[in-house]
Formats: sequence, C-alpha cells, structure tokens
Amino acid sequence: MADLLRIENLAKRFGGIVATDDLVLNIADGELHAVIGPNGAGKTTLIAQLSGQLTPDSGSIYFAGKDITAMPMYGRSALGLARSFQVTSLFLNLSVLDNVALAVQAHAGHSFHFWRNARREPELRDPARAALSRVGLSARADLPASALSHGEHRQLELAMALASKPRMLLLDEPMAGLGPEESARMVAMLRELKKELTILLVEHDMEAVFALADRITVLVYGRVIASGKPGDIRNNAQVRDAYLGEQEAAHG
Amino acid sequence: MIRAVNLRTVVGIALLVALILLPVYVEATGSRFLLTLFTRIVILAIAAVSLNFILGYGGMMSFGHAAYLGIGGYAVGILAFEGVSSGFVQWPVALLFSAFFALVTGALSLRTRGVYFIMITLAFAQMTYYIVAGLARYGGDDGLTIQKRSQFIAPINLSNKVQFYYICLALLCASIYLIWRIVNSRFGLALQGARSNDTRMRAIGFPTYRYKLTGFVIAGTLCGLAGALIANHTDFVSPAMMYWTRSGDLIIMVVLGGMGSTFGPLFGAVALLVLEEALSGITEYWQIILGPLLLLVVLFARGGIDGLLGKVRHG
Repeated sequence: MADLLRIENLAKRFGGIVATDDLVLNIADGELHAVIGPNGAGKTTLIAQLSGQLTPDSGSIYFAGKDITAMPMYGRSALGLARSFQVTSLFLNLSVLDNVALAVQAHAGHSFHFWRNARREPELRDPARAALSRVGLSARADLPASALSHGEHRQLELAMALASKPRMLLLDEPMAGLGPEESARMVAMLRELKKELTILLVEHDMEAVFALADRITVLVYGRVIASGKPGDIRNNAQVRDAYLGEQEAAHG
Repeated sequence: MIRAVNLRTVVGIALLVALILLPVYVEATGSRFLLTLFTRIVILAIAAVSLNFILGYGGMMSFGHAAYLGIGGYAVGILAFEGVSSGFVQWPVALLFSAFFALVTGALSLRTRGVYFIMITLAFAQMTYYIVAGLARYGGDDGLTIQKRSQFIAPINLSNKVQFYYICLALLCASIYLIWRIVNSRFGLALQGARSNDTRMRAIGFPTYRYKLTGFVIAGTLCGLAGALIANHTDFVSPAMMYWTRSGDLIIMVVLGGMGSTFGPLFGAVALLVLEEALSGITEYWQIILGPLLLLVVLFARGGIDGLLGKVRHG
C-alpha cells in the first residue's frame, strides 16, 4: 500500500519543551490511523504542523509525494488535506448552510467574483446541502451556526471537512465533549467515511479508537513509542506502562 | 433565498425617498441651509458605506479612513490649483490615488491584527495629515480654496446646488447597491468568513490576506470618491478633513447605524450629523449630550439603529 502521508524526523520545540521529538510516521492511502497518547504528548501540535498552522523546527512532511513542509494552510487544503478542529471552530454568525458552502467555495477556484449572488449558486449550495444531509443536519441548514448544540457543531465540522472533497482528513478529537449517544453516531459516521477517505484521528475515547482504527500510533512526550495494529497495541507492555489504564506508572 | 422584506429595508428605502424629495421641500421653504447640510450628510454617508464594508463585513477596524477623504479631496484641490479642472481627470486621479494608498498601507497593516491594526492604520492616516499640512505650495495648514468646481460636459454643472445634491445622492444609492452586491457575492462571503474566523478560513483553503486586501482597496477607493465630492461641496480642502477625529466620526456613524448592515451607514450618518446640528443649536457643549447617547447605543443596542429596527419586527 502506498503511503499518502509521510512524516520524516519532525521536531518542534516551545522553549524548553519538546512537543515533537524526531517523529517518523507513515500513513497509508485508505487507512484510518489513530494517534493516541497522554495529555501533553504533542498530538495537537502534530496536527497543527500537518495542517500548516505551525511550522516545524526541522524534518519534512510529504503529502501524496509532494513536500508540503513549508506550504501555507490554504495550499495544503487545496491539495486535499482537510482538518477539523479540537475546539470547535466555525463561522458562528453565518448560517449552517453558509458554513458548508464556504468550504465548497474554497475549492471552486478563486473567490474574486464580486457580482453574482453566491447564496443562489447551485454549484456551491447543492454540494453543501449534500454534505449536510450526510451528517444528518439538513433540517438545521438555515439556522445560524451559533444556534446549534455542541454535538451538532461537531457534525457541522465534519460536513465542512467533507464538502472540501479531501483525500485525507485530519480529525482532532471529534468525540470531545459528546454524550454517549452522540459519540455512537459519530463513530458510525466515521466508519462510513473511512471507506472513501484516509483519516488521521487524534482521540481520547479509547473505545472509539479501537473500534475504528486500522493502525494506532502511541505518542509520549512527542515521540512514537509504538505503532501497529490495534491488537498489537493493546498487548504492548510499553504502551500499557505509559498509557493504557496505567497512567500512574508513567508519571514523572 | 431572499429574506422577506423587513422593516429595516422599508425604513432605508423611505429614507432614500425622503432624501430624493428634500430639494422640493427646500424649494418650497427656501431653506438653502438644509440642502447644504444634507449634501454633506449624503457625501459622508458614502464614506460610512465604504468604512462599513471593511469594518462591518470584513472585521477590519481601520482607524484611518478619513485619510481617503483627504486624498480624494486634495486630488481635486491640487489639480484645480494647477489649472486642471476637468472632472474626467480629477475624479479618476482621486480614485486611483486612494486605491494606491489603500493598497500600500493595507498590504502592511493587514499583516497585523487587533490593536496593532488599529494603531498602524491610524499612524498612516496621521502621516498623510502631516505630509499634507507641510505642502506650503498648497496652503499647508491653512488649506486650499478651490476656485472652480470639477468641470463635466453640459448639462452637468456641479455649481448648481440642487444638481450637485442629486449627483451625490445618486452616487450614494449606487454605492449602497454596489456594496450590497459585493457582500452577497463569493468575494463577500469569503470576506465575512475571514471576519468570523480567519484561521478556519485558511484551514479550509482561502488565502484570506488577498481577499482582505482587495476589500481594503475597494473601501479606500470608494471613500476617495467621497473625498472628491466633499472638496467640491465645500470649495475648500484642508488637512483637518483627514485628522484622526474625522476617522473617529466615520466609525461612530457605522457603529451608530449598525455594523455589517446594508442601510446602517446611511442611518448612522443621518443620525449623527442631524443630532450634531440639532444639539449644537441648543448648547455649545453638545458633545456632552451626544457622548452618553452613543454609550447607550453601544451598551444596549449592539446592532445600532439597524439592529433596533430589526428587533421591532421580531419582538
């Protein structure tokens, strides 16, 4: 299987804190790869570097064979690398449909069109409605995004990521703050999505991770301590020590 | 989808109709003063419309917008002084210089955010103020009297006060329509997305800097037009027209009228300048009354006049 995303010797420091430490990770085309690790393991920092929000100190990132290490965020998005945010990050004063339509618009060429009413363009609105219906938000399309519940915000996040027709999704804790029912719905949705997309999933919800992931990588202090199939990770002694259910053993 | 016709649109259009009929009233009562006042209001409303575009829809808190009034005004004033009185030259020059100034200062300012953006736009405007005040040939601090208004082909005659008023009003209507079209276009949505959440816009693939800079240039150019008009209105330009308190007045108009609304800047310009005129007739310390009024709007009516009109309908 070809690697869609390759991360080579990535490093990022914040003052004395090493957030990413000589990290090497390859993600195959079509897999759902979960990254887990205790708080402060550098998971969000890793996603931020992959999406272009942070620039690494050293190392390289390749997406679909292209070196994207120094590429700005919008460039990566144009290549098909989409990201959802851990802290929900939406256009709260725009309507739900506007939010998704903007994601469509981002990939429909440049936006230097000054005259035509964009809210009446079927080539923006139709794909946006389709993405909303996939995540089950069709009925809420015309509300302002600020009127949705937390769980619905997560669904909207996903709809926006989908609407940009990505090859790969970077998902930063999509289950964070969801109730059991909403979590179950999100897991079902991700199971559908993984059929057509490569996904890098950062998640604390272990049940979800083991239910969904093809492979799992465990980060501790910015370094990979284990990487493999869910079964191998579950039985890995080092991981158990460092993380799974035995966090007290790993402090210090 | 079209929103149902609501009260704010009705009031906005009613106000425009009243403005159209104003010269009839002036003719009947012979109060030339009212015509002068409202010509000024209409011109400054164009400036407010342009500021609202970047402030209300683009989230760019420019504190130097009066610079464009000055640049547009001085383009007309200096050309007239040098013997070029054709409006076909003066006005394009006014627009071009405003656009260029917006492009250069915007390219630098938009690399900053928040308070720094406010400060840097203010600094650029003040710089322009002092440069113009230092132009001894063109009157320096004292300003420059314009002997002859911009010349266009007959029958257009800007010296005819009623005709000039209607030209300004037509340009105001055109500005409101233009900005309304842009706001609802792809470009406008990209701009509003950047105001709402810039990081997210870049994450989904928008190079937001370009869009914001373009918006900044559009607003500057439109305000330059208001500058060319105001120079013709007062037959005089001086550095005072680009002083930072003028930029403040424009911000007050936009906030008072309702940021990010179609007719808000028009409401704001009319409300502020009429209040100013009425209150200064009562006391010379009229700002003591205006200040608390503004405070009330900011504290209790976030959407300004436009927001209040919206509430009346829903509540």
